[in-house]
Amino acid sequence: MAITKSDVKVLGMWPSPFVMRARISLNLKSVDYEFLQETFGSKSQLLLQSNPVYKKVPVLIHGDKPICESLVIVEYIDEVWASGPSILPCDPYDRATARFWAAYVSEKWYPSLKGIGAAQEEEAKKAAVEQVEEGLALLEEAYEKSSKGKDFFGGDEIGYLDIAFGCFLGWLRVIEKLNGVKLLDQTKTPGLVNWADKFCAHTAVKDVMPETDKLAEIAKILAAKLRGAAAPPK
Amino acid sequence: MADQVVLLDFWPSPFGMRLRIALAEKGVQYEYKEEDLRNKSPLLLQSNPVHKKIPVLIHNGKAVSESLIAVQYVDEVWKDKAPLLPSDPHLRAQARFWADYVDKKMYEIGRKVWTTKGEEQDAAKKEFLECISVLEGELGDKPYFGGKTFGFVDVALIPFYSWLSVYEKFGNFSVESEHPKFIAWAKRSLEKESVSKSVPDQQKVYDFVLEMRKKLGVE
Repeated sequence: MAITKSDVKVLGMWPSPFVMRARISLNLKSVDYEFLQETFGSKSQLLLQSNPVYKKVPVLIHGDKPICESLVIVEYIDEVWASGPSILPCDPYDRATARFWAAYVSEKWYPSLKGIGAAQEEEAKKAAVEQVEEGLALLEEAYEKSSKGKDFFGGDEIGYLDIAFGCFLGWLRVIEKLNGVKLLDQTKTPGLVNWADKFCAHTAVKDVMPETDKLAEIAKILAAKLRGAAAPPK
Repeated sequence: MADQVVLLDFWPSPFGMRLRIALAEKGVQYEYKEEDLRNKSPLLLQSNPVHKKIPVLIHNGKAVSESLIAVQYVDEVWKDKAPLLPSDPHLRAQARFWADYVDKKMYEIGRKVWTTKGEEQDAAKKEFLECISVLEGELGDKPYFGGKTFGFVDVALIPFYSWLSVYEKFGNFSVESEHPKFIAWAKRSLEKESVSKSVPDQQKVYDFVLEMRKKLGVE
């Protein structure tokens, strides 16, 4: 029985890197899906029903079953559409390594990246940039080990860690642009510079990776909101 | 050739307990190495250079860090015995979601319950009881989170039961009176040898915390 487009839905928002993980995975498996966008500032009934625990995007709805948490969604997609290209490696140790770095990128590195945008003074910004660069040095090393001379962490084809980390490239470029910093650097992280270009050009990625300028607009709106919230009451 | 398995651990750690349980479920022989967290061994620092934390599972010289990642590794390598994750992809996704929920909530909120005071502690206690409610909702009428058999979410959660005396005594509240279902699940889980051998007694953990607070000069 063919899966019709309405059988697979993704609840999300186009700027979200976490939502991108689900979309890239479905694209990789050539699975048609309906992309239902949430509006900024309000949560749809469908979202509240499908993800009552966190009330957040992304949510994958397959048939009538919701799946939440982006990396859980990626593994689900890999397991259900098993005939498509493999997202996770086969070997248990390689799988553990990919999961380890995906968790690191999500829980440590991405918050440090956001820290650059949130920093109010020069000192704080400099410290935040250093933290991000330290993380990128670790990821460069992980890339060298994992890619074994090929283009992606997954080797010849994009895999779990490419998706888990690559989804943040849009925001990384915005942070570079808005703060006048170069985070991915040909001298310090040549492997990742090459990887980033190849990842963003990949057929499964290029239509869902937002343009830097559009993301920059969103970033400015969010930053203004944060400054407004942080400003002391008069 | 025999497998060489080493576990770098710290006996009160709920994260370490998860690995002990998983290895016991699979009947894997391993060498247990107790770490002094104020004086971490070169092996630990080498094996987990990014986080420098326990538990670390070392299998034939290769190190796996992060407890739930290591539990999945154990489940995948020793796949012929006591599967911890179900085979159905949707049920697997549910198991991963709930184990992640336990990871995001139990340790941090529990820590706040026993290390803070006043309003912050009251908020933490409320959140803690809410988490237990949510988890009871997920458990439903099943004997275990894994259904008929003990599974991934059960492994993720049961270690926090050993810390319950710490939360209840320092938080001055009772989890049992509000959540008998959770307690019943915990006691059922402790009937399993893999769990009872891996999870220390609540009194032992409480005494450890008292000792630690004295050393740190906390009231």
